[in-house]
Amino acid sequence: MRKAKALLFEMGRPGRQGYSLPSNDVPEKSLEELLPKKMLRQEPLELPELSEVEVIRHYTELSTRNFGVDTGFYPLGSCTMKYNPKVNEDVAALPGFALMHPCQPEETVQGALELYYNMEQHLKELTGMDRFTMQPSAGAHGELTGLMVIQAYHRNRGDHDRNKVLIPVTAHGTNPATVTMAGYEVIQIPADERGNVDLEALKEVVDETTSALMLTNPSTLGLFEEEIVEMAKVVHDAGALLYYDGANLNAIMGYARPGDMGFDVVHLNIHKTLSTPHGGGGPGSGPVGVKERLIPYLPVPLVDKKEDRFYFDYDLPDSIGKVQSFYGNFGVVVKAYNYVCMMGGAGLKQVSTDAVLNSNYLASLLQKTYFIPYDRIRKHEFVVSAKPEKKKGAGAGDIAKALLDRGFHPPTVYFPLIVDEALMTEPNDTESKETLDDYARAMEEIARDIEEDAEKVAAGPYHTVGGRLDEVRAARSPVLRWQKE
Amino acid sequence: MGGNHYLPLTDEDRREMLKVIGVDSIDDLFSDIPAEVRLKRDLDLPPAMSELEAVKHLNSLAAKNKHLNSCTSFMGAGVYDHFIPSVIKHITGRSEFYTSYTPYQPEISQGILQAIFEYQTMICQLTGMDVANASMYDGGTAVAEGAVMGCGATRRSKALVSKSVSPFYRAVLKNYFNSRGLELEEIPIKEGFTDFSKLEEMIDDQVASVILQQPNFFGLVEDLDGVADLVHNHKAALVMSVDPLSLPVLKAPADYGADIVVGEGQALGVPPSFGGPLLGIMAARSKFVRQLPGRIAGETVDSEGNRGFVLTLQTREQHIRREKASSNICSNEALVALAAAVYMASMGPQGMREVAEQCAQKAAYAFEKITALDGFEAAFKGHNFKEFAVKVPGKPEDLNQKLLQKDILGGVDIAPFYPELEQTMLFAVTEKRTREEIDTLVRELEGWK
Repeated sequence: MRKAKALLFEMGRPGRQGYSLPSNDVPEKSLEELLPKKMLRQEPLELPELSEVEVIRHYTELSTRNFGVDTGFYPLGSCTMKYNPKVNEDVAALPGFALMHPCQPEETVQGALELYYNMEQHLKELTGMDRFTMQPSAGAHGELTGLMVIQAYHRNRGDHDRNKVLIPVTAHGTNPATVTMAGYEVIQIPADERGNVDLEALKEVVDETTSALMLTNPSTLGLFEEEIVEMAKVVHDAGALLYYDGANLNAIMGYARPGDMGFDVVHLNIHKTLSTPHGGGGPGSGPVGVKERLIPYLPVPLVDKKEDRFYFDYDLPDSIGKVQSFYGNFGVVVKAYNYVCMMGGAGLKQVSTDAVLNSNYLASLLQKTYFIPYDRIRKHEFVVSAKPEKKKGAGAGDIAKALLDRGFHPPTVYFPLIVDEALMTEPNDTESKETLDDYARAMEEIARDIEEDAEKVAAGPYHTVGGRLDEVRAARSPVLRWQKE
Repeated sequence: MGGNHYLPLTDEDRREMLKVIGVDSIDDLFSDIPAEVRLKRDLDLPPAMSELEAVKHLNSLAAKNKHLNSCTSFMGAGVYDHFIPSVIKHITGRSEFYTSYTPYQPEISQGILQAIFEYQTMICQLTGMDVANASMYDGGTAVAEGAVMGCGATRRSKALVSKSVSPFYRAVLKNYFNSRGLELEEIPIKEGFTDFSKLEEMIDDQVASVILQQPNFFGLVEDLDGVADLVHNHKAALVMSVDPLSLPVLKAPADYGADIVVGEGQALGVPPSFGGPLLGIMAARSKFVRQLPGRIAGETVDSEGNRGFVLTLQTREQHIRREKASSNICSNEALVALAAAVYMASMGPQGMREVAEQCAQKAAYAFEKITALDGFEAAFKGHNFKEFAVKVPGKPEDLNQKLLQKDILGGVDIAPFYPELEQTMLFAVTEKRTREEIDTLVRELEGWK
């Protein structure tokens, strides 16, 4: 194991510098001449003082203590950690994209607007929706935007009593918090024994106070909602709308479209389905698409085209307004657009084919050793329940740590909540058969280790940079910043 | 044809795998999709491009845009043309960072976790606050979430926001409040500044948050002494939106008595990217820590007793707390926060101060020259940091057209946001502008009607 890395604040020397700037060429005035003393900083700024070499070595060392998709297999369920094509990074960094100011006159940003326009056409075709906004900055932000649009739709019709949003237990994890953010009450819908949304339970709760049903399809169990047509009818008959959480759209591209299933609003996590990197937490991008009757409520501006000229359309009097200061995470959309250009329609369908094939194949291999509830054809992911292993002394979290020792990023653990000791496993489309075989062998080995000495497995990992980190201590006595002693 | 190089399975692989699964064909894997919703045609998308063709296509789109390398920019309004040290892209370009997910597994994520912890510390050092989170989407969403946070902390449902706060941020704020059923009122401005006599009239014991911006949207440094006392007398929270690059020289928000500090962090080494990805900054006094939205990295020890870092206080967050979470934010702007951290580490206290001083001095120089021109006058009297509003003799749009012909991106027209401020433009001058560039701008303005 390696030693802890010194913090930036424990390095450097006073007077050392890691930058160069041109000297000031306008007539020098002291700050005191420009601003009243009482408006000036009282204590000198304390930041580390480092040379450029120290900065580079520090962060390079830190990067070696981090695991990315480029490092290895990353089957983090519902997060879709597929390979991020390198060329996407190159095109997004072009000065003609990365160095544009958001307030530039329209005629100086025609290429950017054209890209947004084209991307909207592609996303419409991919999902079967009628219009898109690229403004939401991430999936959860898209969820919030989508619910705001739904809210505006109901309110505009004078329908003010719809204060509930229905969420299945198999939904994407961010949904309940989003519902609260939008001022709604959450009503949870159970699953039936096949893992589908319990249709009878849905029929019982849906009524004139229901604003929407938020559905993740395929669900976080990796299962396609077999009763989707009937569900859509039940929801619409009650005057409510159907919301599609696109976290798992990567399973069905070219096979089925939310718009054709009856969904009124969708959001996409393009940092998942369309290959843009997740950056250690972000930035993401969460475009929202709607059906015709909801277009008036989308955030402003929309991007439109008149003859050969692209322009921002602010003329939406019923729009919810804005959800981000400008036009969304443009730099991320550029990467996703490049990916769509390279894949084409057949390529995207192949992406879903291989994602689903990989998932079913890996599930078949693991089924020999582990319990995987809801035994049926799956889509892009499946959920192992480590309940039997837990009884032996090592649960989902411990299996995750044992995977770290074998060079794999573990699946999502303890989610969805409907499965005990869940390991939500999503192999995705960019992994080879050999990688899946290796992973399955590692999982078999771990099962054997648990059989032999569960306690030892529960005390891992053993081969990572440091030992298991004490999360309880971090939460009980929070140290959230470095302090000078 | 492109794309296939990202898909490693061969047809041979696929056949073998289907056999292991125990189905005959790929179609069997999609048999759970009801026939009536299946797409019975091919996706109608343009044919796949090879990498080379895609790069050509994207280059041709990029070539249609003007940008900060092809023009001299005086645009600001929250997004600025500051110097970006080369080291930043080399660090954020390390794929161990940029191809990782949120650090749910700390033992293999110490790199990004420590970097976030250091980022949080440096944001605290800049603002004088006790805690900071790992980032929000942008300045606008940070303002909105900061105001909502004040409501959560005080269990009240009303906020007051100054009209001198960026209209871009207020638009987001308004929307968040409207959706959630919270009440929002705007504090009027007087000659470019928040009218604090109006704030005194408006504030009462129902108010949760008072939101101000420093420097304000017009680039003016507001006199905020005593405002915190007024806000705190009513047990409300003072939310301050700041430009982090002003803080090496301007009084820290903590010293004004701010409770929650938010802002746009793009100035810290982040390219403008047509308005995204940007960086939402969020910091607070420690008593608000349980209400903070988003990820927070915290220090702990590993099984050997060595220092290490984890995501902590997760009981605030959406994946644990579900509908009772402080926010729904999940993906944030971690890589952009890393860029900002590398910026602060590279520039250090000296470099950041030098940047801030040069901004102030160059803006003052440009302000003096422009307002001396016939027909141009200062929109407001006061002290500016790196941005200022000028009343111009004609339509801002026409002026910007003229400037564009000289490859100058002029000022932002603010009349769309403040109809009472006709023919008024906001000019930003950063450390990147040279005297010659400023003099050229002044020459172009001279004689324009």
